[in-house]
Amino acid sequence: MIDLKGKHIAIIGDRDGIPGPAIEACIENTGAILGFSTTECFV
Amino acid sequence: MDLENQTRIKELVEKVGRENVVVILGGAEAEASGLAAETVTTGDPTFAGPLTGVQLELPVYHILELKDIVPEDVWEDQISMMEMVLDVDDIIKEVTTYRTQNGG
Repeated sequence: MIDLKGKHIAIIGDRDGIPGPAIEACIENTGAILGFSTTECFV
Repeated sequence: MDLENQTRIKELVEKVGRENVVVILGGAEAEASGLAAETVTTGDPTFAGPLTGVQLELPVYHILELKDIVPEDVWEDQISMMEMVLDVDDIIKEVTTYRTQNGG
């Protein structure tokens, strides 16, 4: 299992898949540091 | 991956060091997720962005691979709906290909 504690996370979400804020919520209590979060749109 | 996000990843790596960065994707399709994974490992395959020829070799995961580290209630709220409609196996297979090529 990956340990994200202390890692800087780059989140590349997808508007038609899983958006950035949803991924942010998932890693909130892992001890990870949010580098940046974005949601791409391919349309 | 769009050019702005390539720039942001490059800047983050320059700021905190490659060994401290993990990329998490939320792409809806296997192909697009694979392209994003390729971009942050071996460089931009479209030769259009700032990561062209830049082998960052970052650990990259799709959020669908990380179910084990996400609290069950959060997963239920945030991910489970899309988990039902996306081709989970294909997406994970594609992203894993680039990560394991990278030794991860």
